[in-house]
Amino acid sequence: MRDLQKEILELLEKDSRLSKTQLAKMLNVTPEEVEQIIFELEQDNVILKYHTVINWEKQACPRVTALIEVNITPQREVGFDKIAERIYRFPQVKSVYLMSGSYDLCVIIEGETMHDISFFVAEKLAPLEHVNGTKTHFVMKRYKEDGVIFSGEEKDKRLVVSP
Amino acid sequence: MTINPGSFINEAVKSIPPSGIRKFFDLVSQTEGVISLGVGEPDFVTPWHIREACYYSLEKGFTMYTSNYGMPELRKAISVYLQKYALEYNPLDEILITVGVSEGVDLALRALTSPGDEILIPDPSYVSYAPGAILAGGTPIPLSTYEKDEFKLTPEELEHKITSKSKVLILTFPNNPTGAIMTKEDLEKIAQLVEKYNLVVISDEIYSELTYEGKHYSFAALPGMWERTITLNGFSKAFAMTGWRIGYAAAPKEIISAMMKIHQFSILCAPIMGQKAALEALINGESEMKKMVHSFNQRRNLIVNGLRELGLDCFEPKGSFYAFPSIKKTGMTSEEFAEKLLLEEKVAVVPGNAFGESGEGFIRCCYAASVGNINEALERMGRFLNRL
Repeated sequence: MRDLQKEILELLEKDSRLSKTQLAKMLNVTPEEVEQIIFELEQDNVILKYHTVINWEKQACPRVTALIEVNITPQREVGFDKIAERIYRFPQVKSVYLMSGSYDLCVIIEGETMHDISFFVAEKLAPLEHVNGTKTHFVMKRYKEDGVIFSGEEKDKRLVVSP
Repeated sequence: MTINPGSFINEAVKSIPPSGIRKFFDLVSQTEGVISLGVGEPDFVTPWHIREACYYSLEKGFTMYTSNYGMPELRKAISVYLQKYALEYNPLDEILITVGVSEGVDLALRALTSPGDEILIPDPSYVSYAPGAILAGGTPIPLSTYEKDEFKLTPEELEHKITSKSKVLILTFPNNPTGAIMTKEDLEKIAQLVEKYNLVVISDEIYSELTYEGKHYSFAALPGMWERTITLNGFSKAFAMTGWRIGYAAAPKEIISAMMKIHQFSILCAPIMGQKAALEALINGESEMKKMVHSFNQRRNLIVNGLRELGLDCFEPKGSFYAFPSIKKTGMTSEEFAEKLLLEEKVAVVPGNAFGESGEGFIRCCYAASVGNINEALERMGRFLNRL
């Protein structure tokens, strides 16, 4: 059985700018069908957002990213979720994951300077109740993000015409 | 005395006309900013795990000759792989690793052809078969295929062209350039004639994985055909490994040992680096290969729907990665169309007649190109057609 939803999601995950007509042609269905499926996926919060991968370094807009390991004490009834929420509500927090292994929450945060980040950790994150400890790792270089290699895609090296 | 070096060339080689594709290649190469739908290979680079396996083999010092037949592990893996097409070959003496399927075609033709034998070749098809037949001392006989038959080889056409000299039938499905496939039922009708006229078959199945409707069926899997078939396949198209030049031939041991004779004295063995990479492809490459095929299928839909929207008649290609639209309604020949399209809109396609006379009136558009480039090429073709 063909999973049209999955095919549409996979294509949009790679290129969210593909239009409905384009998708329809690629999948051999009508644009109306594609439109309906995307509408449902958006309604169900399967598709959350269409975003763009940007190499900010090339724009001379400095951004500092850090990965913070956070150890917390889970709370009765709500476990890790409540404290995770208190962290992810901060707009500078890009991602929060609950991890297996030696720490509990992995927090990815972005700021303009290292100072922004150390301020956030020292003033906002570390003092939170139930947070037992943090370890901050700064990102030094981005090689690949969201499946995109930052040095650019390799050029087509094929002969222009071949049998 | 002036010496003409050309006078030393043997008559068979002289009789082979220069490749139509080569001529077009030169023209395209001189043009800037071309979007090319003229290539005959995947747009994917070989999957990283395969390239990485080759690095590792070099690090480990695998730089020597292999057995003439090819690495035993690779032949074993191929014998297991071929079971998916219901083919059973003994890896010991019924499988030969070749330098691409191209070498396999050459070996097969040379092993089977005696002077004067007629070699039956579907037309249009890939450019090597007819020259290969001539170089082997045979006479190529084109078997026309038509759009109305979905470019399948019909038993009527085959029987019509069979003579007392007919020896070899080449099957080449999924087909380059048409994208045609042959189902089990289609092949059964051909098999009856093969048996009736005692032909031997070279079945080039290099595009077998790129079958978008139903499952590829191997000719040798038909009852009674295993004994009279050489199955050729390789890694170039399915695993995006064109430059590695690794293919293979599978056939009864009497035939393989004859091909081996030529191979061992002319080639010795296929390069070990390519063989190591091919082994990795077979062992761990299936999931990436499936993804590539899936992506080709989406682009196939895109280009076929796109060409039809432009008003071109485009038969639905069910295999390989080519669309083969008819340009007959423009009144131009394939070459005129391709040349004008290149010069005016900088889109490269290959004139269908480069693949045989029956390809006249068609152009081959390879959709192993990015979605962006396919869209842009379609737009340019649209502008071009509107001006006509």
